[in-house]
Amino acid sequence: MKNNWWKVLAVVLLTYGFYFGLMGEVPRRNILNESIRNVYFHVSLWFATTLFLLTSAIYSIRYLRSNNLTHDIKAVEFTNVALLFGALGCATGSLWARVTWGDWWPNDPKLNSVAISMLMYFAYTVLRSSLEDEQKKARISAVYNIFAFAVFIPLIYILPRMTDSLHPGNGGNPAFGEYDMDNQMRRVFYPIIIGWMLLGTWIATLRIRVRALTLND
Amino acid sequence: MQELRTLIGKEITLEWRQRYALNGMLLYIVSTVFVCYLSFRLKSNQLNPLTWNTLFWIIVLFTAVSAISKSFTQERAGRLLYYYTLASPRGIILSKILYNSGLMIVLSLAGFGFYAFVMGNPVGDIPMYLLTIVLASIGFASTLTMVAGIASKAENNAALMSILSFPAIIPMLLMVMKLAKNALDGLDRSVSGEEIVVLLALDAIVVSLSLILFPYLWKS
Repeated sequence: MKNNWWKVLAVVLLTYGFYFGLMGEVPRRNILNESIRNVYFHVSLWFATTLFLLTSAIYSIRYLRSNNLTHDIKAVEFTNVALLFGALGCATGSLWARVTWGDWWPNDPKLNSVAISMLMYFAYTVLRSSLEDEQKKARISAVYNIFAFAVFIPLIYILPRMTDSLHPGNGGNPAFGEYDMDNQMRRVFYPIIIGWMLLGTWIATLRIRVRALTLND
Repeated sequence: MQELRTLIGKEITLEWRQRYALNGMLLYIVSTVFVCYLSFRLKSNQLNPLTWNTLFWIIVLFTAVSAISKSFTQERAGRLLYYYTLASPRGIILSKILYNSGLMIVLSLAGFGFYAFVMGNPVGDIPMYLLTIVLASIGFASTLTMVAGIASKAENNAALMSILSFPAIIPMLLMVMKLAKNALDGLDRSVSGEEIVVLLALDAIVVSLSLILFPYLWKS
């Protein structure tokens, strides 16, 4: 139990976040209306995804330094969790876009960047499955993973800011936090970010343990 | 430095003996352009500049992928092992990047010449457009060389090459297309400053990553 406090914390934070996210008071804004609640889910999912991809890239670097296969397993599983959270982030974003921008998949640079980076990480899984030897697979996919992360960051966080985008904080639009969020919302928003991050880490650690067991056989 | 010069010399000699990439790829780019020309039913003067520009860059992208994917597969495994004992991995990747950049510059400039010849030339600021082509060639070559290195280690190389490289090259392609569009419209050059800086920064990221990561790849 001592080492599992953070799993409890994840459940508590997410329950709190979901309850107050759906039931709590939110400010009334034009166009956004009730859909402003999606900021709790969509934005926080993407924060968590970025964190998992960063973790995965760090484990890839550690693998290249140590040639320890457990680091490779961690890198893969964090990427898998990131893909899951990224898919959820796309789904919630798509719903939100339908309500506010009137289209399931509007032609927006940030959306396109996201689609590209998802393709890139799916390519990572394809690359892994096309290699046989464990050490070779680990080394080559680690190299690609670091490469992909170096493309991911400019793609998601730099390039969309340089062109016209519908997203807040991009293309000269003010960031979301500046006008639309109030302190009431922040009290739900920050806990739910941490909740997602913990939940994802939990999923990843479970899968890492399963993989580590099969590795030792 | 000496090592680099020798390695580039080796690449050029190899190329000269086989004349695969240069002639093959020149023919590839010319026939692709011609297919596009015929597909638009010879009404290329009705093509709007945006389509003209996009079509050109797609042709360049595909040429780059097929020209560079052979970088590591053209030589047999035994020979690669021989280089491994002789040269440093950084020298190898740098020489390949430089050689491929040169190759891409030649190919895409020739491609541009032929493309403008058959499809008409709506470009407003030609020197700027040529500069874009040069920058793009260097960028494509450096990204694709690294990806070719990765793909060559796996089976079904050709499919993997496109899967791995297209997403990775898109940020660069988008910047290039924007820069090319500015040159096409003959906008004032100060407008394009930002894009050039971003493009150079992307190039720098890719080249330095290749230098750091290639030694690990080369080991296997």
